[in-house]
Amino acid sequence: MSEIDSEVLESQTKSSAFRRRILGHQGVMIGAAIVLAAVLIALSAPFIAPHDPYYQDLLNRLVPPVWDSRGSWEHILGTDHLGRDYLSRLIYGARISLLIGVGAALISGLIGTVLGVAAGYFGGRVDMVVTFMITVRLSMPVVLVALAVVAIVGGSLQVVIMVLGFLLWDRFAVVMRSSTLQIRSMDYVAAAQAVGCSTTRILTTEIMPNVVNNLIVIATLEIAHAIILEAALSFLGLGVQPPLPSWGLMVSEGKDMMLFEPWLITIPGVALFLLVLAINLLGDGARDITAPENRN
Amino acid sequence: MAELMIDARDVTCSFTISRGMFRGKQQLKAVNGVDLTVERGEVLALVGESGCGKTTLAKMLLGLLPQTSGTVELCGQPINDVPRLELARTIQPIFQDPYSSLNPRKTIGSIIALPMKVQGIADQDSMRRRAEETMDMVGLPPRLYNAFPNQLSGGQRQRVAIARALVNRPQIVVCDEPTSALDVSVQSQILNLLNDLRDELNLTYIIISHNLAVVEHIATRVAVMYLGRIVEIADTDTLFKDPQHPYTRALLDSVLTPDPNMDIPNNQLGASYPNPIDPPTGCSFHPRCVNAMPRCATVAPNGKADGGHYVECHLYDDGAN
Amino acid sequence: MSNRVLDVENLTVDIPLATGILHAVDGVNLHVDRGETLCIVGESGCGKSLTSLALMDLLPTKAVRKIEKLELSGTSILGYSEREMSDVRGNKMGMIFQEPMTSLNPAFTIGNQMIETLLRHRNLSNDAARDLAKLMLEKVGITAAEQRLGQYPHQLSGGLRQRVMIAMTLLCEPELIIADEPTTALDVTIQAQILLLLKELQNEFDMGLVLITHDLGVVARIATRVAVMYAGQIVEEGTAKQIFENPLHPYTRGLMRCIPVPGKTKRGAPLGSIPGMVPSLIGDFTGCRFADRCELTSDICRQSDVSLRDPNVKAQAYRCIHGIEMLAKGEVA
Repeated sequence: MSEIDSEVLESQTKSSAFRRRILGHQGVMIGAAIVLAAVLIALSAPFIAPHDPYYQDLLNRLVPPVWDSRGSWEHILGTDHLGRDYLSRLIYGARISLLIGVGAALISGLIGTVLGVAAGYFGGRVDMVVTFMITVRLSMPVVLVALAVVAIVGGSLQVVIMVLGFLLWDRFAVVMRSSTLQIRSMDYVAAAQAVGCSTTRILTTEIMPNVVNNLIVIATLEIAHAIILEAALSFLGLGVQPPLPSWGLMVSEGKDMMLFEPWLITIPGVALFLLVLAINLLGDGARDITAPENRN
Repeated sequence: MAELMIDARDVTCSFTISRGMFRGKQQLKAVNGVDLTVERGEVLALVGESGCGKTTLAKMLLGLLPQTSGTVELCGQPINDVPRLELARTIQPIFQDPYSSLNPRKTIGSIIALPMKVQGIADQDSMRRRAEETMDMVGLPPRLYNAFPNQLSGGQRQRVAIARALVNRPQIVVCDEPTSALDVSVQSQILNLLNDLRDELNLTYIIISHNLAVVEHIATRVAVMYLGRIVEIADTDTLFKDPQHPYTRALLDSVLTPDPNMDIPNNQLGASYPNPIDPPTGCSFHPRCVNAMPRCATVAPNGKADGGHYVECHLYDDGAN
Repeated sequence: MSNRVLDVENLTVDIPLATGILHAVDGVNLHVDRGETLCIVGESGCGKSLTSLALMDLLPTKAVRKIEKLELSGTSILGYSEREMSDVRGNKMGMIFQEPMTSLNPAFTIGNQMIETLLRHRNLSNDAARDLAKLMLEKVGITAAEQRLGQYPHQLSGGLRQRVMIAMTLLCEPELIIADEPTTALDVTIQAQILLLLKELQNEFDMGLVLITHDLGVVARIATRVAVMYAGQIVEEGTAKQIFENPLHPYTRGLMRCIPVPGKTKRGAPLGSIPGMVPSLIGDFTGCRFADRCELTSDICRQSDVSLRDPNVKAQAYRCIHGIEMLAKGEVA
């Protein structure tokens, strides 16, 4: 069986090739670095924040950042209209953004995956019902529905996560449905059926491992999506409620003084932009790297 | 008398085809009234053009598709009454494309061990031992146990698929184009292996193939299918020496043996295979048949069995010419 | 006037990969005369398809083509621009692919596509083009040609589509047709019909035909000359009769023993096989590429590259250091 040797040798380089592909992908590296930094900052917020983000120092209101001639090292990014340290609020704000992004993506991912996989695997009536649900969901304007719900129920961190989670599952469902359909037609699924596997076993061991790539890609994009929507809701005053330090809320609170103190909105704005950009870069890169046409 | 492994009577499988919202639904009879028996130790080949229903028939025998009407008996028991796990122990498939028949996320070991796991063999050691025994039997070195499918060549993958099918020692193996996705030099190895395993394990094969050279080499009996029906069935020698149905003759004429002194054959078949949703009246082969008679367009022929040689054609009607 | 339609010297295709350069095609020489059918035969990955794409200048952008001579009917088309090449491809060289669906545009009717091809390459009125398209469809054995002109590719069966593809290729009366596995996706019955059609049309139009396939049965029946490729190189070349009745290279011999032949191989008897597998073509390679799988291998096989030679000057060249007598003995072993 000498035919095996060269093959195995060749493929031993496969995992290292995968690593090389990740390292060679600039977008992924940049995205991953920023996301990792944001996660670390969010996790260690109590230790690295120079001040209490809720402490109001009304004597030192609207202190500009350190690069301004009126700024000081005491408040590197200045203070807001209530004299709260802006850097500390930004650091704690990362927690809120990531929590909402990940929380909403988890809920919507769960809903979308269950629906999409069921539709793709069972087809027929199940598929019809799910496709109808997706169509209904797509015909609802996300922001308006979210606004209405929050306006009725009242805004809070939990409510925002739940609302976004229940609104953002459509893309998960669409993608999971089509990739399940594709995997379902593979002969190894038929082989598993012929071997006597139960449906549960086929779904968990044959289908899921092969669609999880796509799931990860969609999840990153939806995290970014949820973060943006939270910022928008908070900006409109219907998202996270003060005094929680959310980036969207910070932009909203700064908007009245935007002409005289522009840094009040640029700083949280840039933070939002960078985080969302980084997550999107990571998601796009993940798709590039795991795309079949990229494999060889 | 030899033991009957498969006894299919008047089996039909139809699919409902939707033709758009307002045009209603239509029945596609993929398999249309097939009678088939397979004895222990036989190698039965199902041949025919794509769309003739050979794969659908095989799927019914495997219990992957329900039959719309008719009965299939597996070792004397109606297939619909056989419990799932027992069915899996009796009959197993081997698929055409070894790139799609192995789950890329699982190791070779776990692919081969899966059928045992499903059957409830809990003992890890004995499972591994039996997987390795089977790997050895199909010519796979044990060090591939922890490899993934993408590390294997096409031929090796097909060996894994064979090992998975055989690990629980089934009695019948259904091979759907087992070699047509493989290169010539690998194809011969797999054919040799299938032949050896048959002797060793006393297997019964049902082989679906469009490659008649392969069929001639490995099969003991051949069934020719056309548009959901078996139009001729005979043992291999008889069928290749004395084909009776005009379609069988055309099919055999189309075989290109590698002989540089021969020309490209003219099989005189019209270009198009009929649409199975809208099959021709009478004998479904008549629009392409060189021997077609007026009667063929209106009356479907009855089968005529002469010993083991069955043929469905008006040429052999009593009193015809 | 010379009869030579295609003359290729020293064609090399390299594909740069992360792990090194893949030498996919290595020093291939080919020539085809009018009325001649050259079959390039080999297993997957031997470089036969890349060779055909290289001739048409249709290689994937990553691949690097090097070629010393590429003449079409005595005219070098080596330095041609993309624009000039696309003119040549439509006019002088026709190409038929395995899956006609990929080369027919699904959004236009058959008639539309055929007429458009004619209008682009030939100076014809719309009506004349339509008549010619209809005539060509009839020529490739399509009945009710007038109706077919109004149909879309997806409304046709695989065999019909391949016929349409051939008709489209023939529209501009090319001097050379390159067909890459034209019948592999078809049923055996249709395969025979399409091959027959190709051969008849080739005689009628006096074209050169390069047919790429892995099916030895097809090769034996249609080829005038055969080039056997292995690992990017031609390892044996000769007339169909020579290759099938007296193969020389151990690889060709091995292939011949692998296929079951009704009436010749005994039922159930073990078929021959070629042990081992194709070597990796990434990076530099010295010596005979078949050495790892050959029963006649000795140390000298691995020491230096082997050239394609024709010791008896019978137009049957092979790439092996061993003499013909030695190769004949290999058959017995």
